[in-house]
Amino acid sequence: MSWWTDLADALSRIGILVFPGSNCDRDCHHVVEQIMGAQAEFIWHKEALLPQLDAVLIPGGFSYGDYLRTGAIARFSPVMAAVTRFAEAGGLVLGICNGFQILLEAGLLPGAMLRNRSLSFICRDVHVRVENRATPFTGRCKPGQVLKLPIAHADGNYYTDPATLSSLKAGNQVVLRYCATDGQVTPAANPNGSLDSIAGITNAAGNVFGLMPHPERSAEALLGNEDGRLILLSLLDSIKSGRFSPKPVMAS
Amino acid sequence: MKATVSVTLKRGILDPQGQAVLHALGSLGYQGVKDVRVGKLIELELATNDKAGAEAEVKAMCERLLANTIIEDYRIELVD
Repeated sequence: MSWWTDLADALSRIGILVFPGSNCDRDCHHVVEQIMGAQAEFIWHKEALLPQLDAVLIPGGFSYGDYLRTGAIARFSPVMAAVTRFAEAGGLVLGICNGFQILLEAGLLPGAMLRNRSLSFICRDVHVRVENRATPFTGRCKPGQVLKLPIAHADGNYYTDPATLSSLKAGNQVVLRYCATDGQVTPAANPNGSLDSIAGITNAAGNVFGLMPHPERSAEALLGNEDGRLILLSLLDSIKSGRFSPKPVMAS
Repeated sequence: MKATVSVTLKRGILDPQGQAVLHALGSLGYQGVKDVRVGKLIELELATNDKAGAEAEVKAMCERLLANTIIEDYRIELVD
């Protein structure tokens, strides 16, 4: 239509969900545009349909005030039905912190979050080890690379039943584990009591990723930490590869 | 009809809030408490008086929203 729309068409488009109580949505918008060089689009939780997107980002925050359980109410927002269809069609979905909790409640990822073992809200940098770099979200990491990333949560104590944990491990779905600075996974390096020190997992197909640390808060030298770029730019590589374009689905 | 739903963490899942209350009770001198589980109480005011129907409906509510059955158990009590 015009040079501008041609340019816009060439840019990757990433939708950022906004719930009442989301508070990392603008940080995500900033990194999508400034770090990934993609087009960011806020999507209000009442939307029942998604626009044409290359990926969906579910940001952190306290959707619906964390009432009942973290993510429990957000999971029934109209937009989550659309995100579920997008994920089932193979689209890339990244859930950060509360976004991870919503993905668990929605059943797009297995397991659940318990209150941190210490009962405290923990806000500090932690180290995580990349357990699987063959995912659309970790391709830029080296095998076993240790990333320094910030966490900020009260409910990050991942739990699932033994059978699901076995299948997560067998499918290489455990992507990030809390570790010491030297990469050793130890009980002392586990900030919240998370089962098997799990900090991030994918679904069996690999196109949905949830993690408790915040890559969007650690993607710029100005902020003193760029490790989060690796996750954001891995996602961008995956979008550009075209291998994860969601298959078109009939509107239901 | 009223329904009362109690939601608690499943047995075998560490309840850090329960442990904190247990220790606090111990420090108050209540040494006879063996375990504490902290949960949620949800009271529902229902339009129906059909007990069987209400029970089935509240059970469905628990499975879908009120409890996360991966980590929680629920108990339903109906009061006329």
